[in-house]
Amino acid sequence: MLYREAGDFKTSYTSDNQTFPIRFDRYGYYFVLGVAFLIMPLILNDYWTNALVVPFLIYTIAALGLNILIGYCGQLSLGTGGFMAVGAYASYKLMTGFPDLNIVFVILLSGLITAGVGVLFGLPSLRIKGFYLAVATLAAQFFLIWLFTRTPWFFNYSPTGMISAPTRTIFGVPVTGASASAVSMYMVCLVFLVALAWLARNLTRGTLGRQWMAIRDMDIAAEIIGVNPLWSKLTAFAVSSFYIGIAGALLFTVYLGAAEAGEAFGIDKSFLVLFMVIIGGLGSIFGAFAGAFFLIAGPVLLKIMLVDNLGWPTDLAAHLEIMIIGALIIVTLILEPHGIAALWRTIKEKLRLWPFPY
Amino acid sequence: MPDTLLFAMEAAANGLTAGVMYALVALGFVLIFKASGIFNFSQGVMALFAALTLVGLQSGQIPFSHLINAIFGTRLHHFGFTLPTLVAIAGTVVVMIAFAWLVERYIFRHLVNQEPIILFMATIGLAYFLEGLGDIMWGAEVKRLDVGIPQGMSMAVDEMTFNWFGYGFYMDTLELWAALIAAILVAALVIFSQYTKQGRALRAVADDHQAALSVGISLRFIWVLVWSLAGIVALVAGMMWGAKSGVQFSLSLIALKALPVLILGGFTSIPGAIVGGLIIGVGEKLFDFLMGPIIGGATENWFAYMLALVFLLFRPQGLFGEKIIERV
Repeated sequence: MLYREAGDFKTSYTSDNQTFPIRFDRYGYYFVLGVAFLIMPLILNDYWTNALVVPFLIYTIAALGLNILIGYCGQLSLGTGGFMAVGAYASYKLMTGFPDLNIVFVILLSGLITAGVGVLFGLPSLRIKGFYLAVATLAAQFFLIWLFTRTPWFFNYSPTGMISAPTRTIFGVPVTGASASAVSMYMVCLVFLVALAWLARNLTRGTLGRQWMAIRDMDIAAEIIGVNPLWSKLTAFAVSSFYIGIAGALLFTVYLGAAEAGEAFGIDKSFLVLFMVIIGGLGSIFGAFAGAFFLIAGPVLLKIMLVDNLGWPTDLAAHLEIMIIGALIIVTLILEPHGIAALWRTIKEKLRLWPFPY
Repeated sequence: MPDTLLFAMEAAANGLTAGVMYALVALGFVLIFKASGIFNFSQGVMALFAALTLVGLQSGQIPFSHLINAIFGTRLHHFGFTLPTLVAIAGTVVVMIAFAWLVERYIFRHLVNQEPIILFMATIGLAYFLEGLGDIMWGAEVKRLDVGIPQGMSMAVDEMTFNWFGYGFYMDTLELWAALIAAILVAALVIFSQYTKQGRALRAVADDHQAALSVGISLRFIWVLVWSLAGIVALVAGMMWGAKSGVQFSLSLIALKALPVLILGGFTSIPGAIVGGLIIGVGEKLFDFLMGPIIGGATENWFAYMLALVFLLFRPQGLFGEKIIERV
């Protein structure tokens, strides 16, 4: 009854073009934003922030980035972990090299640096596609991690080879380093996520996004109608790497605090983000959120259920988790190749017609 | 002869035997890719799973014992008997064939006509599933696998090269055996695909799905057949690699190394897989030997991928692959 376009009159071109054309959705969106910004900071405790909420926010940014590349532009990448490492190490070098630079600019600059690296490794996409491109991006993954673990300049010649984030503040509140509180970590990640998700949503429905989708659907046809493949593929790589770089920088500075390239940004991270995109839904902004939530919350819940309540050994629970994730990927691809986002779309269609079947 | 050249030759010879391993994994990829167009990312995990099953059967482990113990609070671990190697190998082959059937029946039958990239991602999921399953079934600790192949330095090679160059090469007997077994396996596969009815059907499917279907070849049977063959190839690869460095998770990472091998050799060519494997094996050992000390070592991690990347820019179809023609 509530979920209707009827009675919601659009009187200007902008209001006709808005992201959420249905009033209920719009209010729902404001409600979620309100809860996220006003209520969540009051009720969050340290455990849930660290185990669930902050990783969810950060991985959503990474999933948004990868979704732009795979879901919107159709270029398969397995180098996400490597690009996240670029973001993390760039932020580390910027933080230690320019101690006065505000952390917000550090993170944005790390994103830009990652975008540059992404474009570089995106160049082969002009000639190759599909699995071939996947292997090319694997080269990025392994080469970048090797570079960061073997070149002492990147970790400032620290004897352990680890990088650790010094304390930085925003408006006098520490957000990185050991003294950062859960709420400040949460707020930083949230602001970045909301801004980036807003940007992604509007990029993907504008000219650039339509060019990406044209390339994804059929690159030759897109070229014939005047889409420049060089420009659109490289912008997709740049924007996607920008997001992934910011996710990597946030993961290192805000969440982990200390990291080592091989361990924190290995190939398993690439697959994790890829799975988020597949399960959430290829080519959907909501899908990035859903997929990230599913793959971050799932293991946490599983661990609470099996290890804490049933007393199973941790390694067994971890193996079961891998198995379930694998099975979920297969089931998702068979039953709903467009992921949770497609389910959500179906539910919305049904809601609009309810109580009539059609 | 100068010493550096001799060392380089030794590195290259060792690279050849490492390349045989890559070639074995790549071979499994090519078999499945040719027959079904599925790029099987789980090939490496299949090798791990096969090796785990082999060790488990050999030592009489109870499958899922950890899980059963966790649920029922029992303390099961072994049946208390051990199986002879050959019986265990036969048992593993049966398991791999059953696995092939299950994969066809429950996964790829439902994904017919999907885009290749969707199939590829499904095999990534399968890889994860299989990895978890292997660990839950047989436990995740590093296991020693002994199938009765001699190990250690090969005296014959040492003596022979000493007589030739005045410097004995170090080579592992196990790797020489692995090369020999790989050669036998490839010969058997060639004979199978050239001279048997099923082998001919296999080649027909690889050539043209629809034409094969129209002359009455069952695609489903062929798919189960290639997945079983790939499982057996995986078993051989897992056995060799496991005997060399223990059965453990890193085994599945050689699958990733097989990807650049395929790019070099071409996705559809069996000789390509072998030559590609050898090139990558020799290339990474030589590169590490020559450049490693200068730029920091451990270049083996990425050399193969970078080589593939450079190769892709000039010859995307690989050395032996069919030319990629796009029709609009």
